[in-house]
Amino acid sequence: MAGSVSANYVSATAAARTGPLAEPAWVRRTLIAVAVIFLALLLILPLVTVFYYAFKEGVRVYFAALSEPDALSAVRLTLLTAAIVVPANTLFGIAAAWAITKFRFPGKNVLTTLIDLPFAISPVIAGLIFILVFGARGWFGPWLTEHDIKIVFAVPGIVLATAFVTFPFVARELIPLMQAQGTQEEEAATTLGARGWTIFWRIVLPNIKWGLLYGIILCNARAMGEFGAVSVVSGHIRGVTNTIPLHVQIVYNEYKFAAAFAVASLLMLLAFATLAVKSFVEWKYARGLAMKESGESI
Amino acid sequence: MAKGSKKRNILPGFGLSLGYTMLYLGLLVLIPLSSVFFKSFELSFGEFWQIISNERVVASYRLSFATSLIAALINAVFGLAVAWVLVRYRFPGKRLLDALVDLPFALPTAVAGIALTQLYSPKGWIGSLLEPLHIKVAYTPLGIIVALTFIGIPFVVRTVQPVLQELDREIEEAAASLGARRLRVFVQVIFPELLPALITGFALAFARAIGEYGSVVFISGNMPMKTEIAPLLIMTRLEQFDYPGATAIALVMLIISFVLLLFINYLQWRSGRRTAAA
Repeated sequence: MAGSVSANYVSATAAARTGPLAEPAWVRRTLIAVAVIFLALLLILPLVTVFYYAFKEGVRVYFAALSEPDALSAVRLTLLTAAIVVPANTLFGIAAAWAITKFRFPGKNVLTTLIDLPFAISPVIAGLIFILVFGARGWFGPWLTEHDIKIVFAVPGIVLATAFVTFPFVARELIPLMQAQGTQEEEAATTLGARGWTIFWRIVLPNIKWGLLYGIILCNARAMGEFGAVSVVSGHIRGVTNTIPLHVQIVYNEYKFAAAFAVASLLMLLAFATLAVKSFVEWKYARGLAMKESGESI
Repeated sequence: MAKGSKKRNILPGFGLSLGYTMLYLGLLVLIPLSSVFFKSFELSFGEFWQIISNERVVASYRLSFATSLIAALINAVFGLAVAWVLVRYRFPGKRLLDALVDLPFALPTAVAGIALTQLYSPKGWIGSLLEPLHIKVAYTPLGIIVALTFIGIPFVVRTVQPVLQELDREIEEAAASLGARRLRVFVQVIFPELLPALITGFALAFARAIGEYGSVVFISGNMPMKTEIAPLLIMTRLEQFDYPGATAIALVMLIISFVLLLFINYLQWRSGRRTAAA
């Protein structure tokens, strides 16, 4: 999706500040003002709002909201979910990217499209499908009830729904990256007699590590923040099946705004960390690219 | 791998990686997703039609469609401006702004939802400014548009930005040296180059908005017939244990999503072919 690593190249704006290729100064200023005001109203103000309301009633209320048992159990469940989902989807992403980018086979484009599918689907539908499969009246409902296994309205359902919505992240980051890198290095290693895992650890992984890191961090952000899909399958049992976003909703709907925004600020920090890693990865790539280019010109 | 004739086949792990990919995709995505279709087939066409032609359902589809369309259009216009400014101009705080564009990707939708609601409610910082003008944002369709615009910001910016960055400035120079004015250069030379990316970004933002739930539920007020979007109606039906109702509404949305996904893939395939040919 957008967010991919290619966004930041060094732009050569300075040359175009004057002359026939430049817009008049008033146009430039107006455009900058429009862009800044648009982003300020829609992005920066909500961000400030979260921290303002989180601390409005003081630091004690803030930390009380975070240390209350229900909040702690929500944090625990969110961490558990991410700990299962992120490695599973990472493993899948690497396998899918390897198969798709290094080999030719019929139906490759269809497969690539199918991997994107969860992004195109409403989170609510992502939750609904697991109710249709594992719910009391679903496909496996009677069997599950007989064997006393709970999947929906319990932790396994939350994990499944989260895995579904975060399914494409790692694969999406890796596919274009590994496509661009081609197969030469791996082929050379194979010819020299390297085995599969040696190739993976020594060649593939070093080449994709930053893109992989970015995919993992995006996957993690979504896994911890998913609301719609998890909301459908959770059953909203306080202290048992509430994740952090669901806990925020419950507290907010009880009009405890300071507490709701306090917990929300945790998720805001997660978003900041995600953006920081993204900027770092882009910087790494831009530097790598610049080094390659200067190396080639010499 | 036994046949070493094809150049690509010397690498190991094809069977394992493709097999695992298909298995995981099938179990986690395809089989669960097929349940919506199978469950819908349990309904007769008459029953299905009755559910989706219900007044409240039609109102929710119309609302989802209209608000998503408006939000995506707003994003197309302002997203283009943001991308332009970030690529072509220098100003203080630009790097920070550039990084912030991705905030809607990184921020959980529920947090965006409560923050925007707080801002635009009649007592909020922006809502209280609009109150004397008799403009209500929170708990009206306008609020839904605000939330969906927030969600869609990165799509247009991040699809247009790389294209703008790699745009060959020699064409602009040529046009300028032939005497074209700056506005004309933009309209006739630059804009046509950006248009495919702009449409792709628009379609991505629209597709995302159609299914969005988390950021909207808080700000919309959720009044049936007025501010009830389609995903919320699915949720309501589920809470009433009306599974056939929820599934039928979901099927229509799934089909819309599939069509949009195919359209977006077609656009990207076309622009990929264009750059490959160039």
